[in-house]
Amino acid sequence: MAQSTRERYRVDPVRTRRRAWPFPLNIYQSAVGRKWVMALTGIGLVGFALIHMVGNLHVYEGPARMYEYAETLRTLGGGLVPKSFVLWLMRLGLTGMFALHLHAAITLKDMSRHSSDNAGLMSGAKKYAGGRDHIAATYASRTMRWTGPIIALYLLFHLADLTWGWWLGPDFIRGDPYHNVATSLSSLPVAILYVVANAALALHIFHGAWSIFQSLGVNNPRYNHLRRGLAAGIAGLILIGNLSFPILTQTGLISEDNRACPINDSDGLVCLAEEAEGH
Amino acid sequence: MSDTISVTVKVWRQNGPDSPGGFETHPQQISIDASFLEMLDLLNEQLNDRGEEPIVFESDCREGICGTCGVMINGRAHGPQKATATCQLHMREFADGDEIVIEPFRAAGFPVIRDLAVDRSPLDHIIESGGYISVGSGAAPDANLTPVPKDAAEQAFDAAACIGCGACVAACPNSAAQLFTSAKVGHMALLPQGQPERWSRTEAMVDVMETYFGSCTNHGECHEACPKEISLDFIAYLNRDYVRAKVKNRALSGQR
Ligand code: HEM
Ligand code: SF4
Ligand code: FES
Repeated sequence: MAQSTRERYRVDPVRTRRRAWPFPLNIYQSAVGRKWVMALTGIGLVGFALIHMVGNLHVYEGPARMYEYAETLRTLGGGLVPKSFVLWLMRLGLTGMFALHLHAAITLKDMSRHSSDNAGLMSGAKKYAGGRDHIAATYASRTMRWTGPIIALYLLFHLADLTWGWWLGPDFIRGDPYHNVATSLSSLPVAILYVVANAALALHIFHGAWSIFQSLGVNNPRYNHLRRGLAAGIAGLILIGNLSFPILTQTGLISEDNRACPINDSDGLVCLAEEAEGH
Repeated sequence: MSDTISVTVKVWRQNGPDSPGGFETHPQQISIDASFLEMLDLLNEQLNDRGEEPIVFESDCREGICGTCGVMINGRAHGPQKATATCQLHMREFADGDEIVIEPFRAAGFPVIRDLAVDRSPLDHIIESGGYISVGSGAAPDANLTPVPKDAAEQAFDAAACIGCGACVAACPNSAAQLFTSAKVGHMALLPQGQPERWSRTEAMVDVMETYFGSCTNHGECHEACPKEISLDFIAYLNRDYVRAKVKNRALSGQR
């Protein structure tokens, strides 16, 4: 019977399998393996987001401590390596993780789109006329492909804003992050942009951090009930920390009114260094 | 005396895989004690009497074990009642005056044969790729020759409850077949008898799955749609086993 059914019904595959790449690249060829890569890079990116947020809390200790924190990042590795070497390694790693995460996201989404061809009344999206009430899918899980690109665009804006200083112009002082943050976030539109983008980030992490467990098969019925809470906790922590910066700048808590050191990239930085020493 | 309700049935009609298809509306008076499929049977008799084409839908066991009957009812696979296949759904789940929208399970891997009947043979291809025993293996072994831990047996049984209906694929926004495949892989991977081919089987079944279906993003809609409430835990096991299969030294897998 199996024979005749096979002859009569054979649905054409939606995609053909390509020749296998050598191990371990072949893992990335499969969707399941690619989700592993998404999850592993996701762990790296969530870790980054968390550490980045915690590090930025130095801004509440004033310009000198913030200066010192930035300087610490540049001198990680101590005298063993050239200055900024470890920092550049981390940047390289982050860029690589971003690239992989993005590539996996785009290709997997594409795969799902093809698998849903003809699956909607309207072309493209899968949709039932009877209405789909999403029972289990959360708002966060359904918007991953929107929050993702929002984060990507925000990231570019954020780098141009506070790393490259593209539009702060002469107001941007390399090596004085407190000043740069206070200046940039004192603009209301910029502050709003940071709030919106970080809300997107938190949504992304809320689903992502839970999803990691499933994608990697980290599953133990004894602890599974903790996974949602953990994801919400991490997302919430990053959200609260990151939102505090634009909001408290707008309300005036982060400001340069009582600043001791001059604002420039010569004696200003020397003054900050000395103040940090004095602590 | 049984109560009767009036409902409006809005049903998908499509002549073949490549025809456009569209909705047809039929008012129905029906006893709340009728099953959902009996309601469709009665509707078909009316259509027959009027000389119209009856609605094509699939069913076989009508007791929730064969997996042929699934349709989308008001946007939910197998309708509103949890853990219930379409054939076990009764009209008492609906209220007087309801509109009931009935559509086929949709996915690129499930082309419509006609009306509500879709071709779910890609699920069979996944099973086929798992392999089967076609050699004479002698007399049946003694029942208790291979000890199975009770917990593993129960878990495997939970996975084996999958009836292959395809509701998980239909409900999945990505049209992924992860829940089905993980149930089929899982019920064998958990038992001692399934160990010899555990890694090659997992690899083969996932590879075929991915030629037809989408990529799972862990929404969890499949579990809600599943008439047998297959657990998402099996998807996690599948994802883990697949990558383990890739890195495993097969010559040593007997020795874990
Ligand atoms: C470059 C911008 C980004 C894009 C376009 C993007 C896109 C995506 C998409 C489409 C998914 C899959 C959604 C799903 O499985 O439901 C995903 C998963 C995920 N993303 Fe992102 N993302 C980006 C940045 C980030 C960042 C900055 C983080 C961390 C802070 C992050 C953490 C995660 C995690 C943890 C997952 C879950 C991985 C898994 O399912 O195993 N993503 N991302
Ligand atoms: S896992 Fe559930 S929904 Fe999917 S085919 Fe099996 S019984 Fe149907
Ligand atoms: S007809 Fe067999 S499961 Fe519904």
